[in-house]
Amino acid sequence: MTKLIIILLSAVFINNYVLSRFLGICPFLGVSKKLDSATGMSLAVIFVMLMATAATYPIQIYLLDPNGLGYLQTIVFILVIAALVQLVEIVLKRFVPSLHKSLGVYLPLITTNCAVLGVTILNIDEGYTFLEAMVNSLGSGLGFFLAMVMFSGVRSVLEKADVPKSFKGLPITLVAAAIVSLSFLGFGGVIENLFA
Amino acid sequence: MEAILTAVIPVVIIGVICAAVLVVAAKVMAVKEDERFPAVRECLPGANCGACGFAGCDGYAKALCENPDTPTNLCIPGADGVSRQLSEILGVEFADVVEQVAVVHCSGDCEHTGDKVVYQGIETCSAAKLMYGGKGSCTYGCLGFGDCAKVCPHDAICIADGVARVNTKDCVGCGLCAKACPNHLISLVADVERVVVACSNRDKGAVTRKVCSSGCIGCKKCEKVCPLGAIKVTDNLAVIDYEKCDNCPDFAVCAKNCTTGCILTADLSGVHKIKK
Repeated sequence: MTKLIIILLSAVFINNYVLSRFLGICPFLGVSKKLDSATGMSLAVIFVMLMATAATYPIQIYLLDPNGLGYLQTIVFILVIAALVQLVEIVLKRFVPSLHKSLGVYLPLITTNCAVLGVTILNIDEGYTFLEAMVNSLGSGLGFFLAMVMFSGVRSVLEKADVPKSFKGLPITLVAAAIVSLSFLGFGGVIENLFA
Repeated sequence: MEAILTAVIPVVIIGVICAAVLVVAAKVMAVKEDERFPAVRECLPGANCGACGFAGCDGYAKALCENPDTPTNLCIPGADGVSRQLSEILGVEFADVVEQVAVVHCSGDCEHTGDKVVYQGIETCSAAKLMYGGKGSCTYGCLGFGDCAKVCPHDAICIADGVARVNTKDCVGCGLCAKACPNHLISLVADVERVVVACSNRDKGAVTRKVCSSGCIGCKKCEKVCPLGAIKVTDNLAVIDYEKCDNCPDFAVCAKNCTTGCILTADLSGVHKIKK
């Protein structure tokens, strides 16, 4: 149990996918302008990360590894995740139109998001069990959510700030992203000592 | 060769399985779309202004297709032309659109009112409003930074002499400016109306007079001269009830008798236009 909590918390804070591992930067910069779109995107990412892990973990363990095809991991994962997300979109559109409406735009965007692929591959690399892999995916998704929501707050303040002309737009956004990411360095080493 | 095949074949198999699943899913779970929807959507102007009361043009088109009771005359920017097309497609009776134009309820230009402070902050109305209600001496009046002009999709608003003015020829009546104005100075009126109270100051007459020479002082003269009882002074401000106002035969008797000249007629504000 303790291990699961450690995995969850470290995925959210210490190994935060956006701010510490620098994966999934494109949605982080692209969709974080408004709080609602940031939340929508993050919820879609959490959802897809869980689904993708649930689908790719068995493929790796039962299909690729026993046949010595481990080197096909990346390409098979991309293929499976892309198909899976499309399938999820079709299913949502048919059965849960309201959820499709709120997540719909973001789902195709994250089909081949590197954060999603990163989670699935790192789950295998770390040698997690299936449950641990799922918890890690959830944590990573939550970490993404945290980063998105925090950064959309920062950006809404930036909108009103009087920024020098040469820094307007993307440059100041990148500077702000760097500072937010720097602040997450402060979490390093917390977890090991928390449960020591 | 064998090494290539052992790599290619599993990937192809997985790909084919995924494709098959997707094809089956798309067929089985296809959502029926109303075949009229694209045609209806095509008619609408696509400004997504929300004047119809739905979430953008897509929302209105969807409501039109799904609910036959939805009126076809809700698209104000589209005016009669769109309404006619819509009623043709949907096979319902044509309904006339009441075209609307935006009017600014402030006439405090440089000549009539002045500044109380020198403002050097961010150049938007919403920011200026936060700083003691703006730089002008009248806190109800036009802030003059043109938040309304920025949101106008048709460039129908300009700031002239420190007051927003609507070019009624270009105005389509979408109402985005009315939402953007932090002082709520802009409202939409049917474009047959010819009289507008160009002031929003709710202070007592003496206070209003001090800050602006064209402000409504609530003297109630308009109330007395109006034969239809369509203009009423509430909270020290004249308000026209357009349901009663009949563009009186005497032509804007209230405007002629206004002591400060804050009631404008069509000649002055151009609140009258003939749509194509």
